[in-house]
Formats: sequence, structure tokens, C-alpha cells
Amino acid sequence: MSESSPAITVSSLVKNYAGVTAVSNISFTVAQGEILGFLGPNGAGKSTTMRILTGFLPATSGQVEICGKSVATQTAEIKRLIGYMPENNPLPEDMRVSEYLYYRGRLKEMGRRQLGVRIDELLELCDLKRVRHRIIGKLSKGFRQRIGIAEAILAEPPVIIMDEPTIGLDPHQILIVRELIGRLRGRMTVIISSHILPEIEQTCDRVLIINQGRVVAAGEPAALKREILGRARYTIDMIAESADVAAVLVEVDPSLEITSENTPDETGFRTFELSTDHESDFSEQLLQRFAADERFRVRAVGRAQPTLEDVFLAATRRSWDVVDRPKPKPAATDAPKT
Amino acid sequence: MRHFLTILGHEVRMLLVSPSTYIAAVTFLAFMGFIFAGILAEYSSVPQESSPAVAFFELFWVPVIFMVPLLTMKSISEERRLGTLETLLTTPISTGEVILGKYGAAYLLYLSLWAGTGGLFYILHRFTQDAFLLDLGPMIGGYLFIAVSGLFFVAIGIFASSLSRNQAVAGILGVVILFGVIIGTQLVAGLATLNLEAFAPLKATVEYARVFQHLDDFSRGIVDTRQLLFYFSGACLTLILSILGLEAKLLHS
Repeated sequence: MSESSPAITVSSLVKNYAGVTAVSNISFTVAQGEILGFLGPNGAGKSTTMRILTGFLPATSGQVEICGKSVATQTAEIKRLIGYMPENNPLPEDMRVSEYLYYRGRLKEMGRRQLGVRIDELLELCDLKRVRHRIIGKLSKGFRQRIGIAEAILAEPPVIIMDEPTIGLDPHQILIVRELIGRLRGRMTVIISSHILPEIEQTCDRVLIINQGRVVAAGEPAALKREILGRARYTIDMIAESADVAAVLVEVDPSLEITSENTPDETGFRTFELSTDHESDFSEQLLQRFAADERFRVRAVGRAQPTLEDVFLAATRRSWDVVDRPKPKPAATDAPKT
Repeated sequence: MRHFLTILGHEVRMLLVSPSTYIAAVTFLAFMGFIFAGILAEYSSVPQESSPAVAFFELFWVPVIFMVPLLTMKSISEERRLGTLETLLTTPISTGEVILGKYGAAYLLYLSLWAGTGGLFYILHRFTQDAFLLDLGPMIGGYLFIAVSGLFFVAIGIFASSLSRNQAVAGILGVVILFGVIIGTQLVAGLATLNLEAFAPLKATVEYARVFQHLDDFSRGIVDTRQLLFYFSGACLTLILSILGLEAKLLHS
């Protein structure tokens, strides 16, 4: 495998469960050393996609290649290339931490001597030294999550797949996990899924938003914001008629448009949300223009910094529109099944 | 093979540190001790034709039907319930190795429990020195039968465990299947209807699969390869079914 070839290639992946399509025609690639974030509402198909990537579940159709090897035909080799931490991080209740890591290392075909050194290293890295002789079932969630992460990176595989690694952690522990994942950048290809959007935004090089089994948006967090929400967004609190506002906006900049407005509160003020394609800041111009006009009473103007949360909501809403659109009628004659 | 040994070692260690193993062992040995004492009491009151080993092994089914499911019911259903099967199967090991590793550990424990009953015969030998009471033939035959039939019975327990993620259901299922194989064949063989000529092939089949008949033969020192084949092939078939069952469950998980 050459340096530049992608670590993971997924093309037209489909997975059906008893008539329900969990994953519908997903395609994406992940470059070597890249950290990819998987976002999506519950039941979007994130975990299913991850399970297919690990070779645990077979796909209904489509192709998945990891480091140039097909998951469907070379499953045994794929398992040597992957470190996987499933959703909810299942761990045996009645084993000690170091014992568990040793057992997992042996299953991952690591040598005894090498394993001892590596376990010490990982216990240090994941801050687990204090609990190395404790029984896993008696540890708190934070420790358990870190054991799961330590286990996933134990054999130093080229690809790490983690399903919601930060779920149920406190902010301090999230920071530790984020640093831990950050340290893997460049060395290992990492896919993580999460509901915590700032988490993904800070950790990942690229984001893939999935909804109802389809990819609805993909790209770098900053590029995604631009693509889905426009380049910049403004919020203005004022008393005004929307038609008047729209007329004034065209004067300031033709690309400015109202994306949403709410109903007036008891004082008559309402919030208009605007978006534009330009990077330059219009806040001052907007404030001056509206303040100078007698038709408007302005209370606040602000430039909104869109979060990934906005991107996520906008992207998933967009896909619902797509999914809910009435389907075209099928052709009179069905194509023969192959 | 390397993974099989890793899993086997792990499973044996987990069995050895688990309190339930010791509870099972003590209960088993206490129960077998009572049976043994009962047999000896009978021998001391009325002279008997066969040696105590024969009478002792005739009751093998009581612990087998209850102990084997207890030993095996946890093995796969627990992994499925906790979800650790998913992490296990995303390492470079196959479903077959997982099943065989767990089977091997359960079988070793089963053998060691039975080996413990050897102590009963030792005590008898220590205090009586009676050659009749300690007839080596039926004893070796009996233990050989336990070892060979155990291959099949433990496999049945593993199979039952692979069918459900609920330990209790797996246990009950194991008891039912074992009851069917051990007692069921005996009951069916006793049916008068089978003597009809039309049922002759069925009668031959049931006779072939009669576990008590096998025990009788082993106790008398007859080691029939057909019977060995019955247990070996039964164990293989059940293990293959367990592997297939587990994989089918994964496909639909």
C-alpha cells in the first residue's frame, strides 16, 4: 500500500435488516492518519456502518476496503488492522484491568514480552495506573471508557474505530480522551462517532454527517459550516416588518437574506437571522443602516459563530426534506433483477 | 490453534477464580458422596452381584443432567448479554475458536469434577482392602464412559448456551436436551410399540443411541468403536451447530 492511498474506502455500502434499510448507499474515504468524525441522530446508521467496517457484520451490498484489503473477503486480515471499541463499551465484569489488557493483547497476537511493556505504557497514557489491579466491574464509567480506549489502541493497529468514546464522561475526562485521540493523529487513522458536537469539531479533521442511512454532509468542519449555513450569519433584534428589512438588506449587500425570524415578544422586538456568502463583516454597516432608519428600532446586532450543532441540525433537517419528498411513480415495467 | 489455547487458558482461569465453580464442585461432590454412602450401606446389608462402581456409575445421569448446564450455561449467553462477544469477534479469532475454547474449558472442569469422585473409591480402598468392592475393571470402564460421553454432553450444554442470551433459558434448554438424550432414549426403547416389525429401523436406531446401554458395555469392559463414534460425532455435530447458530445470531443482531 502506498503512502498516499486511503486507509479506508467505502463505496455504495448498503445494509438491510429484515426489510429495514439501516445503511443506504454510503460512500466515503478516509486518508491515512486522518481523524474522521461520524455524526448523526440516533438510528442514523453510524454504529451499523462501524460494525461493517470491523467485519463484525456483513454488508448487504457495496464494498469496504481497509488498507487496500476487502472486508468481505479478507476478514481475518482486516481484524489485525483494526482496533475497535463498540457502543456502550462492553467489558467483562470479573477481570482485573491489567489482566484484561493482557488477555486482549494475546488475542491480538502480541508477544508476551512486548505486551508487558505496552500495557505499562498504556496504563500511563490513559491514567489507569492506580486501578491496574482493580476488578473492572467495580470501576466508574470514566475508568471503563478509558480501558475501552486503551484496549482499542493496544496492538497499535493502523485503523481505530470508536463508537461514542466520550459518552457518559465528565468534562475533565472528556478532555483527557480528546487529548488521547489527538495524540493518535498522523500515526493512526481514527473514526469516532459522537453526539457531542464540539467534541467532534475539536478532535476531527473531517466530519461525516449521516441521517437515515445516508451521508447528508461531509467535509472539514469549517467548510461544512460554509456549505450548509452560508459564510456568515447575523442576528438582529429589532422592531420591524420583514418586507422592509429585506429591502434594506439588498442595499447593504445583495447576498444578505433572512433565514429565519421569530414572532415578536411583548415589547414588539423580534430576532431576525440573516446569512450571506461573503466573509467580510457587515455587522457595523447593518447597525448603522437600521439605526439611521426611523422605521426600525434596533436593540442588538450580532455576528453568529455557527457551531457544528447548527450544521448538524441544518444537514439532518435538509435530509428529512429529501426523504419525505413523495417518491416518483415506478416505471410500468420493472427492470429484470440481477 | 494459538487463539484456542489463549481462550482456553483464559476460560480455565476465569472458572478457577469464580466462586460459582467451587459451589458447584462442593455440591457435586457432596451429592456423589451421599449416593456412594447409600450404595455402600446397601452393600453392607445385602450381598450384591455387581461391584459398587457399577451401581455408582448407573446414577451418572443425575449429576450430568443438572451439572453440565450449570457449568456451560454462562459461557456464550453471558458474552452475548454483556456484548463482549462483539469485542471478542473483532480480534483475529473465529467463531469456531471461541466455541472450542469455551467447550474445552467446560470439558476440563467436568472431567476434574468427576476425577474428584475418585477420592470416594480411594477412601473405600483405604478402609476395606476388599478386592470385590474395588473391582478395577468397572471403575476404569465407568470413568472412560464418563470421559467419552462427557464430550457429547458438554457440547450439548455449549449448544444450549449459544441459543439464548439469557442464562436461565440456556440452562433449562440444556437440561431438557440432556434429559431427552439420556432418559428419553431409555424411555423410547422401552415402548412396546417399537417391537412391531414396521418400526424395526427405528428400534435399531434407538438401541444404538441408548446411553445406558453404552454405560453397561463400558462397565463390562467392552469399548465399542460404534459407541465412541456416536459420542465423537455427536459432539462434533453439536459444536458445528453451535458455531452456525452463533453466526446466524450475529447476522441478525
